[in-house]
Amino acid sequence: MSPARSVPSAILRMLRTDRWALGGVVAIVLLGVVAAAANLLTAIEGQDPFTYHNEALDHATGRPAGTLGGVSGAHWFGVEPLTGRDVFAIVAFGARTSFLIGLAATLVSVVLGVLLGASAGYLGGWYDRAVVWTADVFLGFPYLVFMIALGAVVPASVPRPLLLVVVIGFFGWPSIARIVRSQTLTLKKRNFVSAARALGAGPWHVFRVELLPNLWAPIIIVATLSIPGKIGLEAALSFLGVGMPPPTPSWGRSISGAIDWVRTDPMLLIFPGLALFLATWGFNVFGDGLRDALDPRTEVRR
Amino acid sequence: MSQPLLSVENVSVEFRTEGVRRPAVREVSYSLTAGEVLAVVGESGSGKTVTAMSLLGLLPGNATVSGRAVLDGTDLLSLSSQQLRGVRGNDVGMVFQEPMSALNPVFSIGDQLVEAVQAHRPRAAAQARRRAIELLGLVRLPEPERLLRSYPHELSGGQLQRVVIAMAVANEPALLIADEPTTALDVTVQAEILELLRDLRSRLNAAILLITHDMGVVADIADRVVVMHDGRVVEHGDVLSIFAAPREEYTKQLLGSVISLSAPLVGESLAAQEIEDEVVTRGDQVAVTAHPATRSVPDSAGAEPTLRLTDLSVTYRGRFRSHSVRAVDGVSLHIEPGEVLGLVGESGSGKSTIASAITGLVPTSGGGLTVQGVDLTTLRGRKRRSALGRIGVVFQDPASSLNPRATIAGSVAEPFRLHSTLRGAELDRRVDELLEAVQLSASLRDRYPHELSGGQRQRVGMARALALDPALLIADEPTSALDVSVQARVLDLFRTLQTELRFACLFISHDLAVIEQLADRVAVMHRGHVVEQGLTAEVLARPLHPYTRRLLFAAPVADPVEQRRRRA
Repeated sequence: MSPARSVPSAILRMLRTDRWALGGVVAIVLLGVVAAAANLLTAIEGQDPFTYHNEALDHATGRPAGTLGGVSGAHWFGVEPLTGRDVFAIVAFGARTSFLIGLAATLVSVVLGVLLGASAGYLGGWYDRAVVWTADVFLGFPYLVFMIALGAVVPASVPRPLLLVVVIGFFGWPSIARIVRSQTLTLKKRNFVSAARALGAGPWHVFRVELLPNLWAPIIIVATLSIPGKIGLEAALSFLGVGMPPPTPSWGRSISGAIDWVRTDPMLLIFPGLALFLATWGFNVFGDGLRDALDPRTEVRR
Repeated sequence: MSQPLLSVENVSVEFRTEGVRRPAVREVSYSLTAGEVLAVVGESGSGKTVTAMSLLGLLPGNATVSGRAVLDGTDLLSLSSQQLRGVRGNDVGMVFQEPMSALNPVFSIGDQLVEAVQAHRPRAAAQARRRAIELLGLVRLPEPERLLRSYPHELSGGQLQRVVIAMAVANEPALLIADEPTTALDVTVQAEILELLRDLRSRLNAAILLITHDMGVVADIADRVVVMHDGRVVEHGDVLSIFAAPREEYTKQLLGSVISLSAPLVGESLAAQEIEDEVVTRGDQVAVTAHPATRSVPDSAGAEPTLRLTDLSVTYRGRFRSHSVRAVDGVSLHIEPGEVLGLVGESGSGKSTIASAITGLVPTSGGGLTVQGVDLTTLRGRKRRSALGRIGVVFQDPASSLNPRATIAGSVAEPFRLHSTLRGAELDRRVDELLEAVQLSASLRDRYPHELSGGQRQRVGMARALALDPALLIADEPTSALDVSVQARVLDLFRTLQTELRFACLFISHDLAVIEQLADRVAVMHRGHVVEQGLTAEVLARPLHPYTRRLLFAAPVADPVEQRRRRA
C-alpha cells in the first residue's frame, strides 16, 4: 500500500474487505446510538432507570415476576430484584456512562501521550530520558490500588465522572507516549524533517506540519485499541464500588449487584455483561482492522 | 560455442496485487558458459533483479513464473522448494547489494562462515573451521584467525562484502549471482571487489551473473552484456561491440546518459612548491603532502565570500563521552558568489557532516562559519532561523526528503510559510512559477510524493530549495539515488538553473564525473581533512595528493577498451 493513504479512505477500504472490523463497527455504532438516544429509547419503553416497580416483583421472594428475570413488553430486559428498576433503562444509560468515560479518558491519554511522546522523541537529551523513565514508572504502577485509595480520599464535592476521566486518562498516557516517541524517532531521521529544520523551522512548526500528519495513523490505532481497556477499567472500578456513585447507572455496578443473584436470576448478569462484552469486542476488532488497513506490515485477515 | 552452463529460456514473471496481474518480466532469454561474466544491465524497474531471483525461487508468494531455466541439465523452475534448497548456496552462490544487512549482526563471522560451509556438506567442526580460514584467504582478507572471532559491525563495508563473497563461494558453486555487489561501496573499494570477482572467476572457473545499473562496472568486468528495459531483453552481445556499436535506440540512450570522467593527463607538469609545512601548491591548486593527512589545506577567500568556513571542526560524541569522533577536523573553505564548489570524498570522509553543520543540523565544536558575512555559530533562536532562510538544501534521497502526507504544492510553499508573509493566490502563483522553473507541470501541485517518479521528486526538492532565492545552495549527492538517464536530465536542469540564478553552491558528491561537469572548483576530503583543493580542471587533470590520484584511478569508465588498457 502507499504510505500516504489517507485515514478516511483506509477506513472505507477496511470496511469493504474486513468483515470482522465491519462487525466491530456495527457493534460500536449500535451501542453508540443506544447511549446517545437513551432518553428517547427509554421514553418509548415508558421507563426510566431510577423508578422502583414493586408491581413487577414476586412479593414472596423479591425476585422479578415472570420468566427470564421479568422480560416483558413493559420491561424489555426485565427488572432488578428487590427494587424492580428497569434493566433496559439501566443498560442504556450505562452505555452512556461507559462511552463518555471511555472516550473522554482516551482523549486525555492521547493529548498527554502525543505531546509528551513527540516532544521527547524530537528533542531528545535529558528531557527524553526523563519522559521515558516516568512512563516506565507509570506503566509498572499499581494503578488499580491507587485509584481505589484515591476514590476514598478525594472529597465528595469533586464530581466522580470528572475524577474518573482524569485518573483513567492520566494512567493511559505512557503506552501512547512510547509508541508516538518511537515513531517520532524514526521520522526525525527522515530527510523531510531535516529539510524543514534546515529551512529554519522551529520545533512547534516541525511538530505541527511535519510530524503530526505522519503520526495520525499510529495515534488512531493505539487510541482505538485503548478505548476498551478504559471502558473495562471504569466498569472494574464501579464493580469495586469506587467508580460511578449510585444511582447513576453503570455496567460495572450492575454486574457487581447481579453477582449476588446469579443463581436465581442470571439474566440480570447477562444483559449488562453482554453490553460490556460487545463494547470491548467492538473497539478491539475495529482497532485491529484499522491497524491492518493503515499498517502495511501486518497481514489482513479476511 | 561450448555448452552453456545456465540457459534461461522465455522466462516471464507476473506479480498479482489486489487481483490485478502486472507483468514484470516478459519472455527473457539469456545464457552463460562456465568462466564467463554476463552483465545484466537496466534501470530500476527493468526486471533485471526479478529475473535472477526467479531462478532461485526467491520471489514473494504473489509472483508466477513461467519458462525454463536450465542449469547443468536441470530445469530450476521445475524443482520443488526442497530441491531448490539443495541448489541455493551449493550450485549457485548469491552476493547481495548491502553487505551490512546480508550478515546477521549477532553472530560472529566465523559462525556464519562455518554455517555456510556445513549447510550442504556436513563435516567435523575443526574441518569446517579450516575451510572457513581457507575461504577468507581466498577472498584476500588478512588475519583470518582474528577475523573469524569478529562481528559484522567491526568490519568495513569492503571487508564485509568479501566475507559475503566467501560465503557465496563456500561450496564452489558453478554459478555466482551478484546483485549490484558494489553499489553500496565507495569507488576505491568497488575497484578492489571487482578485482576479486575477476580473480575468483579465473581460479574457480565459475560463471558470474552480474546485475548492475553501472555502465562503468560493466565495462570493467563483463564479457557479455544483456540490456533489459521494461521487462524485456532489448539487446545482448559482446561487451566490446555493445559499447562500440550499440544497435538499439535504448542502449544508445543508456550509454549516452552515462557521465564519464575525462582521462587524467599524463606527462610531466610543473613541479609543486612547498609553501608551508606539509603543504604544496601549483598555480591555484593546494594540497597537503602527508597521506593519511594530519591537517587540511589552507584557504584564502575573496573580499565577500558567500560561504566561509575557517578551521571548522565537528565532533560526534560517544554515548557516555567515552570515545568521540572528529568527523570534520580544522577545515577551511570558501565559496564566492555564483561559484560552484564540488566537495568530493568517500563515505565517512566528513563531506555530509559539513553540509549538516552549515544548515545547523549538527552543532560545530570549533572554528568559524559565516554565510554572507553572518556568523552562524553564534546566532540563536529566531535570528538564526531567519539566517537559515538564505540557504537552500537539496537532499540525496528524494523519496525521504518530501513529507509523504504533504502535497507537492504544500512542500514547495513551506519556505514561504516560514519566512515570508506571502499567502493565498499570490503564494499559489509563486509555487506554480517554481514548478515551472524546475520543468514540472503545475498540474502536479495537488499530487502526493508517492505519485511521482524519483526524478520528479528531486525536481520538487530543488524547487523547494530555490523558493526563497537563496544565496547559497547545498546539494548533498542530489543525483546518486537516481537512474543514469534521470540523473543526466536532473544535472542538466541544475546547470541551467545555476547559470540563470547565479547562486553559490556547495555540491557534494562521491562521483568525480558529476563534479567535473558542474563544479568550478573542487575540494577533496579524506577522513575529516581537505587534502587537496583547486580549480576542477586542474585537480582532476594533475592531482597532487596521492588520495586524489587513487580516487581518479578507481572511478570506473564506461569504456571496456580504456578499462583493459588501465588494468594492463
